[in-house]
Amino acid sequence: MVQERALPKFQSSTAKVTREEGLRLYEDMVLGRLFEDKCAEMYYRGKMFGFVHLYNGQEAVSTGVILAMRPGEDYVCSTYRDHVHALSAGVPARNVMAELFGKETGCSKGRGGSMHLFSAERRLLGGYAFIGEGIPVATGAAFQTKYRREVMGDETADQVTAAFFGDGTTNNGQFFECLNMAALWKLPIIFVVENNKWAIGMAHERATSQPEIYQKASVFGMPGVEVDGMDVLAVRAVAQEAVARARAGEGPTLIECLTYRFRGHSLADPDELRSKAEKEAWLARDPIKKFAAYLLEQNLASQQDLKAIEKKIQSVVEDAVQFALESPEPKPEDLYKYVFAEDE
Amino acid sequence: MAETLMFNALREAIDEEMAKDPTVLVMGEDVGHYGGSYKVTKDLYKKYGELRLLDTPIAENSFTGMAIGAAMTGLRPIIEGMNMGFLLLAFNQIANNAGMLRYTSGGNFKIPMVIRGPGGVGRQLGAEHSQRLEAYFQAVPGLKIVACSTPYNAKGLLKSAIRDDNPVLFFEHVLLYNLKENLPEGEYYLPLDKAEVVRKGNDVTILTYSRMRHHVMQAVKTLEKEGIDPEVIDLISLKPLDFETIGASIRKTHKVIVVEECMRTGGIGAEIIASINDRLFDELDAPVIRLSSQDIPTPYNGTLENLTIVQPYQIVEAAKKMVALKV
Ligand SMILES: Cc1ncc(C[n+]2csc(CCOP(=O)(O)OP(=O)(O)O)c2C)c(N)n1
Ligand SMILES: [Mg+2]
Repeated sequence: MVQERALPKFQSSTAKVTREEGLRLYEDMVLGRLFEDKCAEMYYRGKMFGFVHLYNGQEAVSTGVILAMRPGEDYVCSTYRDHVHALSAGVPARNVMAELFGKETGCSKGRGGSMHLFSAERRLLGGYAFIGEGIPVATGAAFQTKYRREVMGDETADQVTAAFFGDGTTNNGQFFECLNMAALWKLPIIFVVENNKWAIGMAHERATSQPEIYQKASVFGMPGVEVDGMDVLAVRAVAQEAVARARAGEGPTLIECLTYRFRGHSLADPDELRSKAEKEAWLARDPIKKFAAYLLEQNLASQQDLKAIEKKIQSVVEDAVQFALESPEPKPEDLYKYVFAEDE
Repeated sequence: MAETLMFNALREAIDEEMAKDPTVLVMGEDVGHYGGSYKVTKDLYKKYGELRLLDTPIAENSFTGMAIGAAMTGLRPIIEGMNMGFLLLAFNQIANNAGMLRYTSGGNFKIPMVIRGPGGVGRQLGAEHSQRLEAYFQAVPGLKIVACSTPYNAKGLLKSAIRDDNPVLFFEHVLLYNLKENLPEGEYYLPLDKAEVVRKGNDVTILTYSRMRHHVMQAVKTLEKEGIDPEVIDLISLKPLDFETIGASIRKTHKVIVVEECMRTGGIGAEIIASINDRLFDELDAPVIRLSSQDIPTPYNGTLENLTIVQPYQIVEAAKKMVALKV
C-alpha cells in the first residue's frame, strides 16, 4: 500500500456553526448517502441502467462546497459522478431519481441518464460523462458573470461557479488550460478536485508527476489549498474563503479535497485493485459519522435530532423512488424533441 | 450600394450584431488586437473592448467549451477558428457539448453560438491548413452547418447565424475573402436553411457550395457556349439540406451533378445522393454524378493540389456527358 499523504489539520473549534447550519449540513450529507445506497439497490433490481457512479464517502465535499455557495443562484458543474452534486444544488430527489429511471419527469427528461443530470433552474450546468469537458463549460459560465458585470454593467452579476472533478482529470489538458484562463482573467470560479486516490484502476501516484494537486495552482499564480475532504467543516471553511474571494472579483481558487470513494468506480466495477487496509482506513473516517460525533459533542444536536433527520431523508428517498416508478416514460413520438432550440 | 470585400462583409455582420446586442461577443486566437487571421474582426476591439473581442490563449478545446458555458448562461458567443482545421482540437466540445448537450439535458439549456472561420483548400498551404472538415462534422446531431460563398450571402447568413438559438458551424473559405460585391445599404438577414438558386436552367441540376460554386460558374460559361442550360444551386445549408429547393430542381431537370470540395468518402455529396435515392429516385434519368476532392491529404505541390480538388473542366465534361444521355 502506498503511504498515505498526511491530511491537513483543521481546528474544528474555529468553525462557527449554528445548530441550524449544522443540521442542514448533516441532512444534506445524509441525503447524499441514502440516495446513493438506494441507487445501488435499484440498479441491482434492474430499475436503472448503464454506468452508475456513486458518491459514497465523498459527501463532505459536495455539502461543504455547495452549501457554502448560494445554491440556485451560483453555478455548479459536475462530472459523471453527479447525483449528489445535483442534490446539494437543490435538484429535487424525485427528479434525480426519475432521471436515473429514464422517465419523462427526470431532471433531463429521461434523455440524459445518470451521467447527464442538468437543471437550468438550479443552475446545475450538468453532469459531463467525458472527463475534463465540464471544466471549460464551468469556466465559460464564470466568464459570463464577469462579462455581465463589466460589459453589461449588471451590478447583480456576482455569481460564483464551482467546477467539480477528480484527481485523474487533473492530468487532462482542459484542467491546465482553464486554470490558466481563469487566473489570467480573474474569473469567479472555484476548481474543486475530489482526490479520491483512484481513477478507475489507476492509482493517482502512478498517473501524475506531482501528486499534490493543490500545488499545481501556484504556477498560475492562483491560490491552491488542500483540505481534509472527509471533514465537512474543513471543506466548508476553505470553500467559504474561496467563494468570498471569487465574489469579490479576486479570482479563482484551486481546492484539493483529500477523500475516498467507499464503493467501486461504478456499480459495474469489481473493485479488485484497492487494498482492504486502504479501504478500511478510509471507511473509519466516514465524514457523516465524524460530523455526527461533532454535532453531539458540541451539543448542537441530540441523538434524536439526528435520528429524526435520517428518518425524514429515508422517506424523501422512498418518495423519490415511488415518484420515479409511477412517472411516465418519454413518448416515442418525442424522439427528436430537444435536438434543436426550437423544441421547447 | 458599396463595393465590399468578403472579409469586410463578415466584419459588418459582426459589427452590426454586436452594436445591437450586448450579449454578442467574439472569442478566439488573435481576434482582438490582431484583428483575426483574415482581418474579419479588425479594430472591433477598439469599439467594443477586450472582453467582447476576447483574445484567448491557444487552447481550442477549452475556449470552445468556455463559449458553450457562456452560451448556456445567456451570452451569444462567436468563436473564430484561426483556421477551421485547428478546431479538430475542439472536436469534443463541438460534438459532445455544442451539438448534443441541449438534447442530453432534456431541453434545459440552449447553446446559441457561432463557430466560424477560414477553411477549405487554399493555395499550397499544406495538408493541415487545407482541411475539408464539413464532412467530419455533418454527423453530429444538433449542429447547423452553413457554408457562405459570396460577400452578399456571407453577411446575411452570418447575421442570421448570430441570431439563431442553435450552435451554427459557419464555414468561410480562405480563397474567397477578397471577393468583391455591391452590398445593399442597411441590414439584411438571409435564411440559414435555404439553398440559393444561382442560375436557373433546365438541362441538369448542379449542386455545390462554398468555393466550388465559383468553379461551377466558370464551367457554366463554357457550357452556355455549347448550348447547355444548367441549373446551379448553392446548398448554403449543409445541414439540414434544403430538399425543397433541391427537389424542385430535380423534378425539372431529372439529372444531378454534385460538386464538392470535401473528400469523396462519407462526404456531403454522399449524403445528398443517399437522400436523393430515398426521396427522388423515380425522378432521376441517370445516376447522380459526384465530383469530389480526392481521398488524400491535400498535397503541397501545386500540380498535385490542383489534381486533388475539382476543376472547372471536369465539371464541363460531366455536364456534357450527363446532358448527352438520351433517356
Ligand atoms: C475523455 C474520457 N476518457 C476516459 C474516460 C473513462 N473514465 C471514466 S471515469 C475515469 C477516471 C476518472 O478518475 P477521476 O478523475 O479521479 O474521477 P473519479 O472517478 O475518481 O471521481 C475514466 C478514465 C472518460 N469518461 N472520458
Ligand atoms: Mg479519482
